[in-house]
Amino acid sequence: MDTATAVDEMGGDMSQTVATEGAFDHEKASQAFVGKVGEIAVDNPRMTARKVNVYYGEKHAIQDVNLDIGKNEVISMIGPSGCGKSTFLRCLNRMNDTIDICRVAGEIKLDGQDVYDKKLDVVPLRAQVGMVFQKPNPFPKSIYDNIAYGPKIHGLVSNKADLDEVVESSLRRAGLWSEVKDYLDQPGTGLSGGQQQRLCIARTIAVSPEVILMDEPCSALDPIATAKIEELIDELRENYTIAIVTHSMQQAARVSQRTAYFHLGKLIEVGNTDDIFTNPSHKLTEDYITGRFG
Amino acid sequence: MSNQNQTEKRAIDLVNASLKKRYAKERRFRHVGQAAVIMGLLFVSFLFISIIGNGYTAFEHTFVRLNIEFSEQEIDPEGKRDPQALSTANYAGLVKAAMRAEFPDVKARKDKRALYKLISSGASLALREMVLANPEIIGTKKEVWLVADDDIDMLIKGHIDRNVPESDRRVSDKVIGWVEQFESKGAVEKQFNTTFFTNGDSREPELAGIGGAVMGSLYMLLVTLALSFPIGVAAAVYLEEFAPQNRWTDLIEVNINNLAAVPSIVFGLLGLAMFINFFGLPRSAPLVGGLVLTLMTLPTIIIASRAALKSVPPSIREAALGIGASKMQMVFNHVLPLAMPGMLTGTIIGMAQALGESAPLLMIGMVAFIVDIPGGPFDPATVLPVQVYLWADSPERAFVERTSAAIMVLLGFLFIMNFLAIILRRRFERRW
Repeated sequence: MDTATAVDEMGGDMSQTVATEGAFDHEKASQAFVGKVGEIAVDNPRMTARKVNVYYGEKHAIQDVNLDIGKNEVISMIGPSGCGKSTFLRCLNRMNDTIDICRVAGEIKLDGQDVYDKKLDVVPLRAQVGMVFQKPNPFPKSIYDNIAYGPKIHGLVSNKADLDEVVESSLRRAGLWSEVKDYLDQPGTGLSGGQQQRLCIARTIAVSPEVILMDEPCSALDPIATAKIEELIDELRENYTIAIVTHSMQQAARVSQRTAYFHLGKLIEVGNTDDIFTNPSHKLTEDYITGRFG
Repeated sequence: MSNQNQTEKRAIDLVNASLKKRYAKERRFRHVGQAAVIMGLLFVSFLFISIIGNGYTAFEHTFVRLNIEFSEQEIDPEGKRDPQALSTANYAGLVKAAMRAEFPDVKARKDKRALYKLISSGASLALREMVLANPEIIGTKKEVWLVADDDIDMLIKGHIDRNVPESDRRVSDKVIGWVEQFESKGAVEKQFNTTFFTNGDSREPELAGIGGAVMGSLYMLLVTLALSFPIGVAAAVYLEEFAPQNRWTDLIEVNINNLAAVPSIVFGLLGLAMFINFFGLPRSAPLVGGLVLTLMTLPTIIIASRAALKSVPPSIREAALGIGASKMQMVFNHVLPLAMPGMLTGTIIGMAQALGESAPLLMIGMVAFIVDIPGGPFDPATVLPVQVYLWADSPERAFVERTSAAIMVLLGFLFIMNFLAIILRRRFERRW
């Protein structure tokens, strides 16, 4: 695939940006910096991705991404729309399997186990690597059933009392218990947007995953609900590894320890959040976080 | 600045000028739409008025009061009250005797025969029932309301004009005289026609009913529902959720859509060749009818079910998969319950279609004249639309109103089913 079509396909806006700026060729710059993406590895990784390539049919959505996700860290992934950060996130628990034309190459490991191993069962993988989606998507069932569904299908509880306990503790950890404890039999879809998203987070942690993937969890929420969820992410860090995709750079700066910047399907730069935001080593990263494009 | 103002003014002038035309267009479109709706309503009301106008009289029937003497000599000469003897006794003789007593002047044999015909041949059955239910009435004299013959019924209801010349009338002057004699005594009355709902078909209009056809339709629909709903839903779930997208599934989809448009009589031919000739299933049986209609309704149900599955938002699927549900669990715990109302709606509409279908059933012998009410899906039976077809073919005037009445009952069932489908759709629409 040549450069021109790549730019075309990755996003029309980008090619325009390139055209108007003229003096600076992002594509060339991103190629020039391959190998200088920063510290992709961490000391005790939970998940490791090496040479990950993703194709949607003909489209090469992710190219050669190498990235580690450490234990008990929050890593945020930022970048302009269509840069592949969500695609990469969805590779980590194989949610991309549901898209027929999607093809993943490379190696992704969870605690040393290849998740794309043909023999691997995706069910326990997704129980270990939970996911929170962009749009709150509670089941059209009661709040209680929303939380209880995961533990029930995985056989994590043996009786009603245990289940009640799991439901309560999950809702408590998601900071939702005090708001809904009297309405557990009400439909989860009747909650406000922020409450729904916290319900979805509670539903995810009810299965006791090790890694939680969050795909722009606050994009549909108002600032107060966002603040609550950010607080929650910070608390969850103690027990979980969290990878979050976000469009808000302030959010990335607030909640994450490490930040990865994606651009046109490539990982451009990764490093400590403070370093990325104060002293980016890459021109593309700098342009993005200073708001010059994206 | 002034220049700009001018151009702005001109633009709004143009807009204003075009407004009139636009509104006129909208008005025209609205009128055309209203005219179409009114026309449709007119046709429907014409249909209903003609059917109801023709048919409502069938829900009543003329009864004649006779003084019946339950003579022991006639019914039970041996006096043993043996049920066998009681049920084979000559009850028609009782009716005839009562008629003779009513009109002692009628002497000629021919006239007597005409006189006896005033009362339906089914009257003797009613008397037998009375005696069997209560043998103690033997030896007593009792006034009994008996079913009148259909010609008398027509005469009373005014469908036979008493003013046309005798030779052009089904009922002779003599008979009219006898009926008028009954009328003057208050011995003629229209009563609710329960026979119409409880009896099977009959050559005598006054004894014919839709009971057999309703039961036949019921058994047939049960067979159709029991087969087409699970098969249709399973096929839809497999095709929509599990099957790979390739040339084969495309081919299957095209064929399902084609099957939905195949004329129903073709399914009847297929059923005749396969179920009756090859598998040797009984003719005229609701079972075979149900099988044939299953073939016919399957495409409808599959298409509706697939549409219902497709309308379940992907976010629900992702939510289930995201917490580690297997594909099976995702489908059966989340997608299927959400799609169920849509599937049920499709199924009910398919069932309504099946209930109104007659052409394929003609091919498999459900058009036979069957008097007995079927006791199960293996018994010979007919169904409501075929009953309508049969009666519409009969020459007797009394069958005209019965045809319309049967259509009313059929429409009633269809109305209930479609209403149910609408309620389901409203009740469970978009719960996410």
